[in-house]
Amino acid sequence: MSTAATTYCEAILQAFEHLLEHHEDVFVIGQGLWSPWYVGNSMKDLDRKFGTDRIMDTPVSEDGTTGVAVGASLCGDRPIVVHPRLDFMILAANSLVNQAAKWSHMLGGKAHPSMTVRGIINRGGEQGAQHSQALHAWFAHVPGLRVVMPATAADARDLLIASVLCDDPVLYIDDRWCYDDAEVLPPVVERPLWAERPRVIRDGRDITLVGAGHSTLLCRQAAEELAAQGISAEVVDLRVVNPLDHQVVTQSVERTRRLCVVDGGWSTCGLAGEVIAGVVERLGPGTLVAAPRRVTLPDAPAPSSSALERVYYPSVATVTAAATSIIGNSASVR
Amino acid sequence: MEAQTVERLADVESFRAPLDITGVDGTLLLRQLRDMLVIRYAEERIGDMVTEGKVRCPCHLGIGQEAIAVGVSALLRHTDRVFGGHRSHSHFLALGGDPYRLFAEVLGRVDGASGGMGGSMHLVDEAVGFLGSVPIVAATVPLAVGAALSAKRRKLTDVAVCYFGDGAAEEGVVHESLNFAATFGLPVLFVCENNFFSSHLHIQQRQPDISVARFAQAHRIRTEIVDGNDVVAVSAATARLVEGARSGEGPGFLEAITYRWRGHVGPREDIDVGVARKENHAAWKQRDPVRRLVDALVARGELTVERHESLQVEVRRLIHDAWARAETSPFPAESALLDCVFARNER
Ligand SMILES: Cc1ncc(C[n+]2csc(CCOP(=O)(O)OP(=O)(O)O)c2C)c(N)n1
Ligand SMILES: [Mg+2]
Repeated sequence: MSTAATTYCEAILQAFEHLLEHHEDVFVIGQGLWSPWYVGNSMKDLDRKFGTDRIMDTPVSEDGTTGVAVGASLCGDRPIVVHPRLDFMILAANSLVNQAAKWSHMLGGKAHPSMTVRGIINRGGEQGAQHSQALHAWFAHVPGLRVVMPATAADARDLLIASVLCDDPVLYIDDRWCYDDAEVLPPVVERPLWAERPRVIRDGRDITLVGAGHSTLLCRQAAEELAAQGISAEVVDLRVVNPLDHQVVTQSVERTRRLCVVDGGWSTCGLAGEVIAGVVERLGPGTLVAAPRRVTLPDAPAPSSSALERVYYPSVATVTAAATSIIGNSASVR
Repeated sequence: MEAQTVERLADVESFRAPLDITGVDGTLLLRQLRDMLVIRYAEERIGDMVTEGKVRCPCHLGIGQEAIAVGVSALLRHTDRVFGGHRSHSHFLALGGDPYRLFAEVLGRVDGASGGMGGSMHLVDEAVGFLGSVPIVAATVPLAVGAALSAKRRKLTDVAVCYFGDGAAEEGVVHESLNFAATFGLPVLFVCENNFFSSHLHIQQRQPDISVARFAQAHRIRTEIVDGNDVVAVSAATARLVEGARSGEGPGFLEAITYRWRGHVGPREDIDVGVARKENHAAWKQRDPVRRLVDALVARGELTVERHESLQVEVRRLIHDAWARAETSPFPAESALLDCVFARNER
């Protein structure tokens, strides 16, 4: 086993390689797959290795492409559709939300679209309102569509493999801001997606920080800063946001009695509010010693000017500040 | 002028001669030359500033495609309704949009066309008839149809225009829009700037035919195919289509064949991307829309070498000054983040 660290971006590539090598029924379809730019290095040279029949670059037709994948998945294939940005994927909402997500249920469970959509969150860099969106909560709202958000390199690889091998439609969302995060990866083990739960990635006593995708990395860094201030923060990585398991976070909050949820999406009807609601519904009275908080985007589209981008996105500093203010607001703990 | 075919226009070795300007007013041509220079120098400046790191937003340059916006805009008035896409500096400037406001926008400053909220890909200037450009491909095509519907409902003779590319024609909404406009006889001009590329892919890798006009023909829309690097041909074809639209003949579709000299995004030429691009790049530069107009004007005695030089100097100074001013425009205040989410702010 290699002891060299693998980046999140390389881990995605490894997942594609594993899937294409071991599963004949997998093919990949989407914009930019023969291009050096679109998807970073996360799909580099797949077209050369596996051929352009299995790695298909497509016309600018998101809804059509996604519908094509749904159709092929009903006939025994396991297609992966790549949308280089969630913003572009909105054009595929019909194929994804009306068709793929509902197919099994509305046809009495007779068929299951075994297709995966890889949607990439790609923001910052003054790209503006239509090239920045993190719409995971929107899609997680839809029953029948599994939504997966890896934060770490191991998950970037293993959750992609689990998504593609899952018989349900899955939206796998990776985030370019995670691409350089690296760790040493164990050998690939194919695991069922339905068994994947949120995970405590750092133990702590004083407060629970919750994130998914890049927000988890913010929580992890914030926990380090808080440790320097003598605050022990536990970090929970949600990993799968639909179906959303509330148990792991609730158990953590039962211990820490304080909760801060970080999300790169908007606040209103968003993931952070959903996590807090899930915990509050399950906790006994008096468990929380301070009001929970969410750290999210302000309810505004992404601005272009970097002067505004700086204040728009959650940062380690805003997470740390929210956590210390929760601690400061706490009733004294007996 | 004989009707063109995309096949003929796709031959990079041809269409290099000075433009045929027979019978065209010299004053108009000189103005169009100046407008093209403004666009070219403005985009070269933006490209240089990306290289220098002063501009951070994604910038899609249309250098080499200037004749289309300039040729079309000559037939428009400020009450018309024009929409663009991700590559719309030329559309904005050709209507009379202020280079200063463009520069301030790409710099993310408060005096920008969109107040620094949008950058290069989000421009607007209602005063000159530019209702907006956005980077979701094909998104403004139905909006232009709606603007045409609105003009018709009010019994105005204004037309709507949308610029889009050959790649955009692959989005379903373009076909829905063509059908809608044709069915309801709306005064909209679809301008397809066919530069044969969508990002890194040549049109032959994406469509079974290199001409986009076929889609309009299928919807019985009046169609013109032109050399998009010939401002005279663009204006002439636009005149026919816009006149028809203003007088109740319904939509028109202009397919302008052209080529972008720079890469899909940013200042690089990207000749290493896509086979056809490497082979044809230098050849396409021989079809320079600016040079061909200059040669024609010089041949007709309408322009001297000295006058051409002084025009270049004048436009360069204008661009230089506009840029210098834009760099002094302040950044938007933090409060701007929430100020314009809704028309009315109850905060
Ligand atoms: C809905 C959507 N899909 C994909 C993209 C990515 N994209 C941006 S520009 C572009 C190419 C469009 O090509 P074309 O319409 O020919 O315009 P050109 O770039 O040649 O001016 C693509 C695919 C996008 N911005 N929006
Ligand atoms: Mg194009």
